[in-house]
Amino acid sequence: MKALVFERNLPRFAASRVASVLGSGRGAAVGPLRLLETDPPELPGDGWARVSPLVSGICGSDLATLDGRSSRYFEHLVSFPFVPGHEVVGVLESPAGSIEAGRRVVLEPVLGCAARGIEPPCGACADGLLGNCERIGFGHLAPGLQTGYCADTGGGWSRAGLVAHRTQLHPVPEDLSDEDAVMVEPVACATHAVFRASLRDGETVVVLGAGTLGLAVVAAISTLSSRGRVAAPGALLAGAKYPHQRRLAEELGATAAVDPAQLARAVRRRSGSLAIGAPGSAGGALTGGADVVFDCVGSADSITQSLAMVRPRGRVVLVGMPGRLHVDLAPLWQREVALVGAYAYGAEPAETGTTVRTFDLAFEVVAAHRLGRLVSASYPIERFEEAVQHAGAAGRRGAVKVVFDLRPTRARADVPDAPGPDAQ
Amino acid sequence: MTPRPGFVLEVDRSTPPILFWHGERFVLERLPEGSRVIYAPEPLSALDDPSAAIRHALRNPLGDRAPLPALLRPGMRLTICFDDVSLPLPPMQAPDVRQLVIEEVLDMAASAGVDDVVLIAALALHRRMTEAELRHALGDRIYEAFAPHGLLTQHDAEDPDNLVHLGTTDKGEDVEINKRAATSDLLVYVNINLVAMDGGHKSVATGLASYQSLRHHHNPRTMVHSRSFMDAPSSELHTSNWRMGRLIADSGVKIFQIETTLNTDTFPSQFGFLQRREWEWSLRDRATYMATAAALDRTPPRVARQVFHSIRAPHALVSVQAGEVEAVHAVTTANVWRQQGVEVRGQTDILTMGLPYISPYNVNSIMNPILVACLGLGYFFNLYRGMPLVREGGVVILHHPTPWEFHPGHHPSYIDFFEDVLSDTTDPVEIAKTYEESYATDPWYVHLYRTGHAYHGVHPFYMWYWCAHALDHLGRVIVVGGDPAAVRRMGFSPATSLDDALEMASDVVGRSPSLTHIHTPPLLLADVR
Repeated sequence: MKALVFERNLPRFAASRVASVLGSGRGAAVGPLRLLETDPPELPGDGWARVSPLVSGICGSDLATLDGRSSRYFEHLVSFPFVPGHEVVGVLESPAGSIEAGRRVVLEPVLGCAARGIEPPCGACADGLLGNCERIGFGHLAPGLQTGYCADTGGGWSRAGLVAHRTQLHPVPEDLSDEDAVMVEPVACATHAVFRASLRDGETVVVLGAGTLGLAVVAAISTLSSRGRVAAPGALLAGAKYPHQRRLAEELGATAAVDPAQLARAVRRRSGSLAIGAPGSAGGALTGGADVVFDCVGSADSITQSLAMVRPRGRVVLVGMPGRLHVDLAPLWQREVALVGAYAYGAEPAETGTTVRTFDLAFEVVAAHRLGRLVSASYPIERFEEAVQHAGAAGRRGAVKVVFDLRPTRARADVPDAPGPDAQ
Repeated sequence: MTPRPGFVLEVDRSTPPILFWHGERFVLERLPEGSRVIYAPEPLSALDDPSAAIRHALRNPLGDRAPLPALLRPGMRLTICFDDVSLPLPPMQAPDVRQLVIEEVLDMAASAGVDDVVLIAALALHRRMTEAELRHALGDRIYEAFAPHGLLTQHDAEDPDNLVHLGTTDKGEDVEINKRAATSDLLVYVNINLVAMDGGHKSVATGLASYQSLRHHHNPRTMVHSRSFMDAPSSELHTSNWRMGRLIADSGVKIFQIETTLNTDTFPSQFGFLQRREWEWSLRDRATYMATAAALDRTPPRVARQVFHSIRAPHALVSVQAGEVEAVHAVTTANVWRQQGVEVRGQTDILTMGLPYISPYNVNSIMNPILVACLGLGYFFNLYRGMPLVREGGVVILHHPTPWEFHPGHHPSYIDFFEDVLSDTTDPVEIAKTYEESYATDPWYVHLYRTGHAYHGVHPFYMWYWCAHALDHLGRVIVVGGDPAAVRRMGFSPATSLDDALEMASDVVGRSPSLTHIHTPPLLLADVR
């Protein structure tokens, strides 16, 4: 069975890094990712089941890995060779806990204590905060933050399937399409980020970047605030580079969506701030600004921009995956800004003293907005080079989420196949 | 030779293509047969001795005013206010008329022993003038004598310590103006009356006013009922200013009004073809046009902008009158019409206009899309008396590149207005209701207006309100050669060529419309009957 396998191969890794200079995703053809015949992964133990992927997304972190741009921090948190793909909707091949075989499931890919067979679980996992697992990389599994970076579990970019612990599986309601379902994982990341921001009523909130994560954050804020699960912002501004992103951001609930170059101006207007230098210009900064900025890009420029438009004692939530960056943190120091990380998901506070799984909330958000509409193009894994290039240039090419379609018969009604090689 | 009067040409087969301004470029357009082209009168002859004419006017005032020397005495407070950088257009070759007039006023003040003299640039909510602009308007001698001592100031409509509320008109309009000017023993106001709407009570009531005062007449309701700005008796804007002006006079502010009119000699000789009628172009005119057009085609817009903004017009003084405000203004207005008036019979279905690189609010700056709209629909559309050149429900076709470009230092609130307000609505009434207050009171805009060279935060609203009458009157506005996104943002239709624009206009005015073109420069005023 075919699967895309990421191998430890330093020459190919270097080639990928060089090629990615031309654009994200350009390194796929020369990098360590190869289409190979593989066997299905072994079941690691009790409580594990096989899942046949139906649709699997290409994430920004996947692109960073393929481009050779990932931080070396992750070196000890992955194991080779691995099959990428952690945004997965698939079919369960054997029962897993209370979920019967044949059900569609969404994978919660974080490999916490339960999946690693660690008893008793760490404090974080005991509280449901899987993303904060303190035993990550240990236990009976090979290292791997998540399915899709672990040599033992397989990943979503595969026809050979993957294995998942029952605690990682969420049944998909019948009324959600596969495209909706594949959006649950990234929306869960966004949902967790929204809770990490500790929003308060009436705050001015900015979402910088309107790719999948940025749009998902907008959708999560609008849905969760309308249902009283988080506070309702006074204004929700989105910085979106491309027209289709601006349109989607406003459809999903942004008060206004503007070009990132104009975002600081829009924030200044709404916050009644003064400005040092022209807003948005190099070295320019607001004296007041937004209460919360969600940085859904994760670059040095985006962090700098976020720090320039957040108010003193405001919060910048890092949603996009950063790497090794050169950023001037003087404004963070002088303005006493809280820089908050937001990785993955787990459990979020609900009514007094209770928690709710982030994925359960993500299902709500996806259903409320039918976020399968963000899936812009699908490819078979045999055309992975085109798929990865498309994902790397998604914004410029009018796309949001690019996925691999692994369904034996195409059951999709509303997502066009990406044009074939002859048509490109 | 006597200058020829204005003229309305009917286009026939022998008519050559007609020159249109297109921002920092020109184009020649062939208009359909039967179209009308309105040409301004030729420039009137300049006064032989401007300084002598000015002295004569100051000593022989109009209306209920004593000669200026009789109003001056030792120990008095004298304030001389003058029009800002928005006049004239383009800026005139030195010496500027303001310099000539103020030098005469200062000579008389010195002779009378007046030593408390302050000069104030009457900015209203315009940007502060730069030192270079002040030196150009006043001359180095005046600048050096006053500026270093803090005696040359610029009106600050946001300085509560230097504003005084004089009262409220019978229509409930607050009259709040510059305190130094209002509390002086004599306020001398020096006007350059480029068009008929300039001057009169508008000089002090607008030029020296605060936002609280200006908002009573700079609003959509007043603008829609100003038909037109160039015809004061039919202009609600002027009616409001006249009420305020009379209240200012009744409150004891003594104004000595000086108004000047210029001829329409607008461009230096190397651009002589701009002022001539196309069928009268000489070989040299044709060659100059072709060379200029070819050069501009190859010149980056930014460079072309610098070149054009460096032009100084050879405007010459053709009249000067002084004395009581209303008496002076009546004569001034007649003089403006004498220079610019053209009688036009009947309205048209389509009105075309080529818009230049400059408007009152982008001297030494960028003509952003809002200023393009204001110049076309606020100013050129209103260059009429009687009735609009274009019929109700008709079409205006503007010719301008309309770049999505703003000067961040001069027009900061314009950027936000264009991004935030016009993306929501283009309805002036809705805009005023929803957005004006927050822009007018935005502390950052106030800061930039007071300390930098920025137009007041509310200024883009006023520009849009200037368009209100046209927006209310027209069936469609089409912009030829404009940035499509910028044009659409304003609710207008972009066209790539005049032919396309005419085709688009046919949806509104049918397939055999009448067409009239305002040929500028120079400026003209249509007396439509």
